[in-house]
Formats: sequence, C-alpha cells, structure tokens
Amino acid sequence: MPHTFPPDSVGLVTPQTAHFAEPLALDCGRSLAAYEMVYETYGTPNADRSNAVLICHALSGDHHVAGYHEGTDPGKPGWWDNCIGPGKPIDTREFFVVCCNNLGGCKGSTGPTAINSDTRKPYGPDFPIVTVKDWVRSQARLADRLGIQQWAAVIGGSLGGMQAMQWTITFPERVRHSLVIAAAPRLSAQNIAFNEVARQAILSDPDFHHGHYYEFGVVPRRGLMIARMLGHITYLSDEGMRAKFGREMREGTPNFHFNFDTEFQVESYLRHQGHAFVDRFDANTYLLITKTLDYFDPAADFDQDLSAAFHRTRARFLVISFTSDWRFAPARSQEIVRALVRSGREVSYAEIPSEYGHDAFLMPIPLYHETLRCYLARVAQEVNAHAA
Amino acid sequence: MRPELELISEWIRPRTRVLDLGCGDGALLAYLRAHRQVGGYGLEIDTDNIVKCIRAGIDVIHADLEAGLADFGDSSFDYVIMTQTLQAVRHTEALLDEMLRVGRQGIVTFPNFGFWRCRAQIALQGFMPVVKTLPYQWYDTPNVHLFTIRDFEELCRRKRIDILQRTVLDHAHRPRLGPRLWPNLLGEIALYRLGRA
Repeated sequence: MPHTFPPDSVGLVTPQTAHFAEPLALDCGRSLAAYEMVYETYGTPNADRSNAVLICHALSGDHHVAGYHEGTDPGKPGWWDNCIGPGKPIDTREFFVVCCNNLGGCKGSTGPTAINSDTRKPYGPDFPIVTVKDWVRSQARLADRLGIQQWAAVIGGSLGGMQAMQWTITFPERVRHSLVIAAAPRLSAQNIAFNEVARQAILSDPDFHHGHYYEFGVVPRRGLMIARMLGHITYLSDEGMRAKFGREMREGTPNFHFNFDTEFQVESYLRHQGHAFVDRFDANTYLLITKTLDYFDPAADFDQDLSAAFHRTRARFLVISFTSDWRFAPARSQEIVRALVRSGREVSYAEIPSEYGHDAFLMPIPLYHETLRCYLARVAQEVNAHAA
Repeated sequence: MRPELELISEWIRPRTRVLDLGCGDGALLAYLRAHRQVGGYGLEIDTDNIVKCIRAGIDVIHADLEAGLADFGDSSFDYVIMTQTLQAVRHTEALLDEMLRVGRQGIVTFPNFGFWRCRAQIALQGFMPVVKTLPYQWYDTPNVHLFTIRDFEELCRRKRIDILQRTVLDHAHRPRLGPRLWPNLLGEIALYRLGRA
C-alpha cells in the first residue's frame, strides 16, 4: 500500500536500537551491566553533527516523536509530530533530530519489561529506579555512539524539560541551547501527592502481584487505569474541561440513571483515556517514572541553591510556561528563570496564554509554535555560521 | 526612535549589563548590543513583542513591571532603562526605587506634559491634550500618570535621586536650542540618567 504523508511530515520512520555493553552506574548505587536504547532520528546530520537536536520525552512519551511507523494508523503520528518536520518549528531541513526511549521505559529501551540476563525473567519491580541524571548520562552515551559532541539544542516539555535542564548542569560543554517547556525545578508536595495516589492505585490492584504480574499472565489494569485517569485530570485545566465537556451527558443519556454508570461526557473521556493507556503502557514503568519525577531536584546537589546549580552551565535557555497549567504552573517556570538570571545565564522566558492546562506543551498553539520557531531559527543560523 | 537610541547609547559604557524595562520589540537592546556590546535582558509583558525579541535574538523575560523587580538582586545591572514607560505604570515611585536598587544607574525617558502645546490645548480649548508624543485620546490612553519635567525633577529631589545627566528633545528626538533653553515649555521628550548615592 503506497503511503502518502503530509508534505511537512518526516514520513515513514523506523526505530533503531543501540546496544551498550559497558556498565552504567546509577544514582541508586546499582548499575546496569548492559542495556539497550531505542531511538529515532529525523533530518540529516551535517559534517560535524553540530546540527543535532535531542528531544526528551515526558512520563508517557517514547522515542516515536514524529512521523509514522509502518502499518500504523495514518491518523496517529509520533507524539510531537505537530512540532517536528520540514518547515515546522523544529525544522528537520535544518536539524538532525534525535529522540530515545528512556531507560526504565516500556517501548523498547531496557526497563522493567526487559529480560534480566541474570534471572532470565523480566526485571519487573527489580529494575532499578533511575533518575533524570541517569537518563542524561545514558543519553550522552547515545550521543557518543551517534558521533554527536554537542547538541545544538536539548528540548523537552514537562519531565522532558527537566532533562533539558539537567543536561546543561551535567554536561555544560555539550549543550548550546536548552529549551525547558512547562517544567519545574522540582516537584511540589502537591505534585508528589498526586504521584503517590497514582502509585497506590497500581500497588493496591490485586493483579499487581508485587510487580511480578508478567509471571501470572495478567496486568494491573484497574490500578494503571485509575493512575492514568488521575494524571489526566492534572494535565487539563478547569476552564479547558469546562469548555470541552461542561456537564454534558453522554449520547443516549438524557436523564440521570441514579446509579454509577458513565453518564457525563467527562467520565466517558477519562475512562477512554484510562483504557487506551493500559493497552500501551507498563505499570512498573509508570511507578518507576513517577519516582524519577519525585526525585528530580538539581538544587539539592548545590545546597538547595538552584542558581548555584546553573553556575557551571554554558547553554542559552528558552523557558516557556502556559497560563492554565496548574501541574507545573508559570510560577514554577519563573523559579527556573529567576535562578538563571541570578547566575547571569542567558535566558528568555515566555508565558503562553492557553486553556489547555499542562497538555498545552503538546498543542500547536500558534504563539507557542511561533516562539519555538523564532528561537530555533536563531539556533540554526548559529549552527550554519559555525559550520561555514 | 532611532535618535533616542543613539542618545541613550552615548550614556552607556561598553561591555556593561543592562536591564530594559518594557523593552518592546527589543530595538534598544539590539542597538546597544551592536554598538556597546552590552549584555542583559529586556522585560516585556506583550507576548507578540516577546516573539519579536526572540526573533531578534534578544534575551527577553515575560514580566509585569507592576509586580516589581524582586527576581533581580541589588546592583545586579550597570543600567536599568525605562523608555517611554514611566507614564504608563501605576506604581511610578516604587518602580523608580526598584530601578535604582537593581541598577547602579537608571535611565528614563518620558513625554513632557508641560510642553506648550499641551498647556495651550487645555488652557485655550479646554480639551485634554493630544500631541505627537502623547497621541492618545483621554479614554483610550495607556498613560496613567502624566507629568512635566518640573514634576519629575521635584520627585527626584524629594526622593534624593541624583540627576546625573539630562537631555530634552523635540518630538522628532532632536536636541534643539528651544528645548535646551526652556525645557519644560519647549521640550517634548525628556531623557534622564539617574543615580543614588
């Protein structure tokens, strides 16, 4: 079947796998003896690979950030396809774009669902809890493998923005620009509380079996579904939900049933999101990544002084937040900006009006995309000037 | 606008750090970066202007000046600049204090309400003035504080702000003889470089 893709799409893409045999020491004290990382690339690297851009994914994302996989629904491109492609804000005519599935993930990189060579069984709950710093170190090894000395930009939203930040701290010389979108310098008590409820939903599911559910041929569907439903509420805004669902009843439900059926549209939506998620995501990975989020705190290594954490950094920063995001509200981005200013870093900050809540970072909001486009056009100029 | 940029630029030592309050499309910072090799940031509230700054490669931070400059440390900039903005902020006095806390020096420019045409329009016609430097009708103006050169200098005296340098211009930003001799009557735009011991 011939594929026709939109002209601004990167088209058909094939994930690749990198094998690493050198052990990776982790923050938790353990190490991974060997591991694999699945990644995709789009665009063409220039001679010295100085046009490489790293996209970091958030909690439920993966390496498939743009384009289409063979045999998949043509309506379902990668998770940030609206932003990456020829002529799009992250322009693949200029940049060589790389995105990998993070360690601990469930989309091909080594994680809880992978077989532990010591036991010949899936790692399950025994997979070490990795941190954002571990991720960045593993991504740096992938960069080495791809011959990328320095990223023109590291870009991420939410948890991805935390990686973009950590890159500048861990590898100051290897990042020219860091784009930190809808992120926070660390989680608040409220953020951790939501994560804990999500974890308890999974942990208390009878099908969880202390994380060894693979051996029982089941998955903790109910727990993971509730975790996702809860998460989804925090990704939307009150005003956005009001505009999208209001108190609309489902079709064919003109009156209250006076029972616990799905009656309101918003219930139907959340259940659908929950169901769909269970089929594509692993509960152990979900647990792990919520801990990765909870542990992220770059200031902790610098006596709780975030600006001290940025002292060593060399990158230029673009920080973006969204007005209706209450998960990582604009005030959290302002904390990042304040710390950058205090340490004299080059930084721009834009607060984008939006009613999409935290999810806004994935939406093609014109002002947001224009901001990215303008910033990255400068980055491309810089790359070309250096290469020339 | 260009002559005003040049005049401000003359007051700025090369390779210093500048904070531009209400930086608009970043024209002043771009000019200062090109001619004085300054570093620093612009603060701006309008999102379209922020995009223009980013397009020009200016470091711009989305901020509301009315909320003060708490994100910035004492004397963390050589100059804090506010062009054609002082008349449009509510907390004029607090912002002046903030400018001179964060910057070693402050540079402000504003339209002079004491200009003779303004006086004449009120005195003879009985209308709120509409002149080249104050082009708005009373009901759609962004300006919330209108003041004269004498008003401003009186405020500086009362607040013990030192006026280090002053230039008074006509509406085309030319330093003519008239504005020099009778600034508060013939001057349309005032530029000040301020400090505080």
